[in-house]
Amino acid sequence: MQEAFIVVRDLACRRGDRLLFRNLSLSLNAGQALQVAGSNGIGKSSLLRIVAGLAPAFAGSVESQGTIGLVDERPALDPHLPLGKALTFWQGIDGAAGNELSRLGLADLLDVPVRYLSTGQKKRAALSRLIGQKAPIWLLDEPLNGLDGHAVELTEQLAAEHCAAGGIALIASHQPFSLPGMEKLALADFAA
Amino acid sequence: MSGRFSALLRRDVARLLLGGRGGGALLPILFFLSVAMLYPFAVGPDARLLARTGGGVIWVAAMLAAILPLDRLVEPDIEQGMFDQWALRGISEEMVITVRVLAHWLSFGPPLMLAALPASALLGIDAETLRIVEIGLLAGTPGLAALGVTVAALTAGLRGGAALSGLLVIPMAVPLLIFGAGSLSLGGESGLALTAAASLVLLAIAPFAGGAAVRAARG
Repeated sequence: MQEAFIVVRDLACRRGDRLLFRNLSLSLNAGQALQVAGSNGIGKSSLLRIVAGLAPAFAGSVESQGTIGLVDERPALDPHLPLGKALTFWQGIDGAAGNELSRLGLADLLDVPVRYLSTGQKKRAALSRLIGQKAPIWLLDEPLNGLDGHAVELTEQLAAEHCAAGGIALIASHQPFSLPGMEKLALADFAA
Repeated sequence: MSGRFSALLRRDVARLLLGGRGGGALLPILFFLSVAMLYPFAVGPDARLLARTGGGVIWVAAMLAAILPLDRLVEPDIEQGMFDQWALRGISEEMVITVRVLAHWLSFGPPLMLAALPASALLGIDAETLRIVEIGLLAGTPGLAALGVTVAALTAGLRGGAALSGLLVIPMAVPLLIFGAGSLSLGGESGLALTAAASLVLLAIAPFAGGAAVRAARG
């Protein structure tokens, strides 16, 4: 497998008729992590969606190599299905793989329909889907929202293991996210 | 790739045919049968009139039944972020829409053709007319499915999208209705071929129009 990387050059992002940020450049190589920090509405999610190729850049370019996994506020799990079946669907798409179910505290919830899960449980389920995807690039949009103290530590630990194994993590969060060797980018510096 | 295709198809069929929250294929079929049941009450028990107009009623009822599930065809998956996750995995919107047309057709085409049997008894249609109705439904329902998914993708995310999609499907389904119901009149069998042709055109357009609509909704 070729090494994963992300290179962003002179990126600008526009939402509606408002320019959110401009002249943003960053580069991440295998094993590196970066936290994008900033207040609500400054463009953290938009940056992640542009890097993922799900939204167009207003100016500048994004290059990346390696499959991309994204966790955002939508878990992408069928609300009416039991959690186990909803995750099995993604296993069928990604190829069966370990989902760290017990470590994420989901093993007892497999019979519960996704719509009855709490915010934090849905977040952990989305992390489980992400782990099953085996993508070298992780884009995490507010991964700590709704998580309790224990789950926060677990998420930080999972991200650390991912980077130690040669993965890339790009994390958008307004909360502190502790990860050894992670750099921090304040999006406010690039506000237009 | 075929593993992904079958995983998508299994999910869609489970959702659209077998139910989940929306009731699956059952609701449109019950709707279809209740129209066939109400019609004789409305126009009276004149057997000749019923037999002459019954085929057309079956067509209109089938078309309206196909509109019922439109709002859960595409919109929930956009809302849940499913399309984003598929895009990240290199699964194109066109492929998802193709699978969805197939699953949508499976969830109402064959069940409607089955339900046309009791409906024809309620309306007093003879065997020869029933045969042409069934062939016409076989030729026309794939086009209705393609049209339904395309319009559902176009209106996903719009306020009042469900009502709007119903209004959009009806005029675009008129060719299918004219040729399909027209094939029931004496010497109108060539209408079946035109119904099938209209279906093929709609099937060919649906993946591309629907896929583009989903990408546009992403914004």
